[in-house]
Amino acid sequence: MSLPLLVTLILLLSSLTYWLGCRRAFMLARQSLSGKLHSRPYYYGVLAGLWCGLPSLAVVVVWHLAAEPLLIRMAMDGVAAAKGISSPDQANLLVNDLRNLVAGTMMAHKVDPLIQAAADQYLGMRRISDLALATVALSTALAGACLLLKRIRPTLRARNQVERVIKVVLTLCSTLAVFITIGIVLSVLLESIRFFQQVSPTDFLFGFKWSPQMAIRADQTGSSGSFGAIPVLVGTFLISGIAMVIAVPLGLMSAIYLSEYAGARFRAAVKPLLEILAGVPTVVYGFFAALVVAPAIKDLGAMVGLPVASESALAAGLVMGIMIIPFVSSLSDDVINAVPQSLRDGSYGLGATKSETIKLVILPAALPGIVGSILLAVSRAIGETMIVVMAAGMAANLTFNPFKAATTVTVQIVTLLVGDQEFDSPKTLAAFALGLLLFIVTLALNVIALYVVRKYREEYE
Amino acid sequence: MNEEKSGQMNELGDMGAMAWVNAGLTARYRRERRFKFFGLAAIAASLMFLVLLLGAIAIKGYTAFRQTQILLDIHFAPAVFDVHNLASANYAALVRDATLSLFPQAMDRQDRRAAIKLVSIGAAYQLQEMVTRKPELIGATKPIWVLAAGEVDMFVKGHISRDVTENERRISDKQATWIDQLAASGRLRQTFNATFFQAGDSRESELAGIRGAVMGSFFTLAVTLAFSFPIGVAAAVYLEEFAPKNRWADLIEVNINNLAAVPSIVFGLLGLAVFLNCMNLPRSASLVGGLVLTLMTLPTIIIASRASLRSVPSSIREAALGIGASQMQTVVHHVLPLSMPGMMTGAIIGMARALGETAPLLMIGMVAFIVDVPRGFSDPATVLPVQIYLWANNPERAFVERTAAAIMVLLLLLLAINASAVLLRNKFERRW
Repeated sequence: MSLPLLVTLILLLSSLTYWLGCRRAFMLARQSLSGKLHSRPYYYGVLAGLWCGLPSLAVVVVWHLAAEPLLIRMAMDGVAAAKGISSPDQANLLVNDLRNLVAGTMMAHKVDPLIQAAADQYLGMRRISDLALATVALSTALAGACLLLKRIRPTLRARNQVERVIKVVLTLCSTLAVFITIGIVLSVLLESIRFFQQVSPTDFLFGFKWSPQMAIRADQTGSSGSFGAIPVLVGTFLISGIAMVIAVPLGLMSAIYLSEYAGARFRAAVKPLLEILAGVPTVVYGFFAALVVAPAIKDLGAMVGLPVASESALAAGLVMGIMIIPFVSSLSDDVINAVPQSLRDGSYGLGATKSETIKLVILPAALPGIVGSILLAVSRAIGETMIVVMAAGMAANLTFNPFKAATTVTVQIVTLLVGDQEFDSPKTLAAFALGLLLFIVTLALNVIALYVVRKYREEYE
Repeated sequence: MNEEKSGQMNELGDMGAMAWVNAGLTARYRRERRFKFFGLAAIAASLMFLVLLLGAIAIKGYTAFRQTQILLDIHFAPAVFDVHNLASANYAALVRDATLSLFPQAMDRQDRRAAIKLVSIGAAYQLQEMVTRKPELIGATKPIWVLAAGEVDMFVKGHISRDVTENERRISDKQATWIDQLAASGRLRQTFNATFFQAGDSRESELAGIRGAVMGSFFTLAVTLAFSFPIGVAAAVYLEEFAPKNRWADLIEVNINNLAAVPSIVFGLLGLAVFLNCMNLPRSASLVGGLVLTLMTLPTIIIASRASLRSVPSSIREAALGIGASQMQTVVHHVLPLSMPGMMTGAIIGMARALGETAPLLMIGMVAFIVDVPRGFSDPATVLPVQIYLWANNPERAFVERTAAAIMVLLLLLLAINASAVLLRNKFERRW
């Protein structure tokens, strides 16, 4: 029996149980003249439905997680022994063949007859396993339903039990965020550790040469020192720096004008327009950078006799800056609006002009918030992927020249991981090491930003 | 500044404070005007970038919505067809013969090949479809509009310039004169580019469309919404209404805030490591893409839902609790319905972000070249932004045009989604 069918069946069964439970509760309510029901009738139905559905769905999930690897191991047992394979890597390759064969993505005639036999054996066992699962799950569901339907009586505290289940579900959902973080850290860290077993961390962090393509050849792995991340990091900071040079003044001045000078109507018209800039997908900015801005800068450079690379860091940084303008401006806008009016009034009362008030009173008061928003913007720029993938270079040059091509951490992650690769080569693992670096840097920036905002916020009133 | 001021003070000491202030006023007002001008200039610059961005895309892309067609007199020669298997006839030969009959002067091999190249290879499929639908066509000769090749389309639209030398463009001089001949005899026309909206991806620019990518986006977003909205709302309800104020709740809160700022590509790495390598889910499937985007949008939805829950005044809760509702009943019957519009707005905005997301999907292999329009959640698929990325990498001029057109479609979709969020908010938002 296929999985969707089984799940549908279980769900149908538990809806039926819900209906039966409700009916029984209503009947009890009518019969019992002396004592009232503890809960409203439909709670009994829900409880019955839960008792029917939850245990059997749990059985399905556990079975599926456990059965697949077990079946594969059983099917491959004979094969590995017959082929005399002992190393786990080769065994994994065979398992992959088996999987592809079963999924139908590999032509059968290219396959080793041994594997073919294993696949047949596997399919046969899976059929039995599926059948057994269906039997077990459905009987669990029926047992749960019967057990509860029999227990329904006026004193059953159905509401409390249902609420307890719901609360557990809510709690699980909220802890998912923590599990995502743990998942990110673990997945990136585990692969990075495998990478650092082959390339030393000091070579990675302080090496000046980044050329992962070389490392495909076995004789160069690790020893050539071609995994030095410095050029990549320099490129990242160069492009992010250019972006911040564009975004901070423009974003900050826009925020100041919008919150201090602009009238309500101007503000209502311009703010959504700026927000459009924030809502444009990054791949669109990438297209704009690669096909409009970069050629324009190149032509401009050629006109004044400056050699500009066609994938210059300037083009990518410029467009990234445009993307970040609304980010800086809306965050700074909030911060500036949070400065109490009394400070402004006091300053005006002393005879200061508006710009003097802004420069000498409001900005100092809002400084921690502005610094925080700039740090968040930097973390955004460092983690931005599509603009640089499309407009920045692939090769890692150690350069501070904005007219030359530079590469970034995110570009390298994408180039290393897109396409089919062997998953154990340091080349693909390097992407995870870069990902770890990216995660740590952006996390640190966020934490610092929140800390700065919290610590140096001026408390008014 | 201060020294300067005190110097002025001494010099003008006997003139009184007012006079000193007045003397400095012009300069101060000038600074004021300059500062205000800078603010306005910053806004103007930002808006100019917006106009430039949208304008460049519109200018590059609007021509993609029209497509060049060539009128061929196709003779459905009965000899070509096998009555029992109409689909397998040599339709390319029909197209070839019809094309060559237009250019009797093309005699040698090279010329004939150049002439045949004017018509898209899609013309054969078009004929195949026509004949399988209407077998009585066999034996007849009919004028039929077929797709022109991508290069011809570009030439007609003026994207391939006549001015450059012959070997620098993809249309030879001879082909150019033929195209002019066709245009003069009324055998060339431009129509609405329906292929662009009906076809999947293709190596031939004139046959490439966004249908596959749009369907992929649809399936991916459906998965994302199905997972992220219930989970996000449940998490928000727990954190806002039930969570005890302790370290664990603080930890979750900090976690969510940090996750919201993690670069999207890191979620792609997570998806690659967990969904593909650990759980062996299919590569390139919209199911996996949806799961990755779920992880990415979850913090956004949780934060928006919490804000929405917080805006429900506590008097509602107290009133419900006061007449004997349990805490869960209070939340489910009263607080949740009142905060639902805000939560849905948050979810829609999260979906808009997910629709525009590219980087994490590159990590899980949704960048493959996929011709077939996906029909389910586990079919290999790509999404609209990734399709844009793929086409943008294609150096052919015709794909530049299609990239920009696909961007326009994507932006319109985003606009529609965001507009629905705004409408929802305006219609249902309550101020307490």
